[in-house]
Amino acid sequence: MDALTDNASAILDGFWLTIQLLVVNGIGALVLGTLVASLRLSPVPVMRAVAGLYITVFRNTPLLVLIVITYFGLPEVGIQLGFFTRISIAMSVYTSTFIAEALRSGVNAVPLGQAEAARSIGMPFTMTLTQVVLPQAVRATVPPMASVLIALTKNTSLAAGFGLAEATFRLKGLVNDYATERWVIFFGIALGYIVIVEVISFGAARLERRWRVA
Amino acid sequence: MSTSVLFDAPGPRARRRHRLLGVATALVAVAVLVAVVLRLQDRGQLTAAKWEVFATPAYVQVLLEGLLDTLKAAVGAILLALVFGLVFGVGKLSSSRLVRWTSWTVVEFFRAVPLLMLIIFVWTIWSETIGSLWSLVIGLALYNGSVLAEVFRAGIQAVPKGQSEAAMAIGLRPSQTMRIVLLPQGIKIMLPSIVSQFIVALKDTSLGYVILAPGLTYAGKLIWGEFDNRLATGLVLAAIYIVANSLLSLVVTWLQRRLGAKPLEIVPAQMQSQAEAR
Repeated sequence: MDALTDNASAILDGFWLTIQLLVVNGIGALVLGTLVASLRLSPVPVMRAVAGLYITVFRNTPLLVLIVITYFGLPEVGIQLGFFTRISIAMSVYTSTFIAEALRSGVNAVPLGQAEAARSIGMPFTMTLTQVVLPQAVRATVPPMASVLIALTKNTSLAAGFGLAEATFRLKGLVNDYATERWVIFFGIALGYIVIVEVISFGAARLERRWRVA
Repeated sequence: MSTSVLFDAPGPRARRRHRLLGVATALVAVAVLVAVVLRLQDRGQLTAAKWEVFATPAYVQVLLEGLLDTLKAAVGAILLALVFGLVFGVGKLSSSRLVRWTSWTVVEFFRAVPLLMLIIFVWTIWSETIGSLWSLVIGLALYNGSVLAEVFRAGIQAVPKGQSEAAMAIGLRPSQTMRIVLLPQGIKIMLPSIVSQFIVALKDTSLGYVILAPGLTYAGKLIWGEFDNRLATGLVLAAIYIVANSLLSLVVTWLQRRLGAKPLEIVPAQMQSQAEAR
């Protein structure tokens, strides 16, 4: 256990960075993803096509390749940004495609009759949207959204390959320094990730329960 | 599109507005592309020195061999993952509580831990005996196997209950029911999800870059090491992956139509609070 206790502060620093990546990219992806989803659901065919192209391109490119492009590519075109920002751009863009699909599936999960009923009792468009469609759509979005955030938590580990000292980076260093305690280190750091993942799924379960129709 | 919950079928005025918005969106999209290309041109990224390598047969071959290694790793990983998934997916449905909980713990563990961390760990421990490519394959197999275990579980449970009841009624043992009745029918339901998981595995082979396992991204690294064209190489790698994955996605859609299977209801990772018996 020495390897874990002696390096507790380094490991915690690592997880702090992991959490920072998670929060920054979670918010970034949410903003971008909402934008793309609204284009994807728009009545204008060209908007739908542009959003579809965005999703196809960034979803089918491995996150690692996207990071290579922003991490090495941005400085090559004269855009100077820090490590964290360059990695985050790729991570937010990649994750936003999954957010957009989650949102879209949420809206599509609302039965057509709901909107028809709302209109037939005379609700205008905005009221239909805010009172009838969105509340139900958001509820249907909780489980896929939680999956996306959990996937993002795990994906933040890719930053380790690009010199950000987050949790997986610490693991890489520690398993080299403490050859006899590798399994302890592995399970210790795995536990850290499991805690983050469990917090997300616990939060999602709470939300789902609270928003469930009685 | 008249069947969206968000809006009615457009009338003549709305159609006109939509056309205008469409043209505006197209203009913005083109403007963004032009701006990107001009920026690349401006910074000397569009020179022959940066791109010629991708038309040089010797280097195209390096990339193709990388692609082949990547495909091999993905296929190997998915085959191992199928075995892993079958064992633990069926294990999750076992009538023995011990087997059920063990399977659940193993599956949840490998789903919660970052894949890259698994790969790095396997590589540090065993790379001297099995090499970096197999470290990658084993890491991928453990992760994708745990996802496939869920697919197997959901697929088997999606087979109508009457099937297993009928099998029991004619006197088949539980293992025979699973082997002769449930799995053959479940496979049909699972196939699209399995191919989708292959796409995920193919994308994740790019993680081999971190442990220097042979593959497409590693081939890219060799090329940019020599020609100092990281951006160009990154874009080429992205294009190869996009084409490969889009083709596979077409296979998934085709399979879904062909088999008439609805997408599986898979409980998202960690959303399941406890092991369930059938």
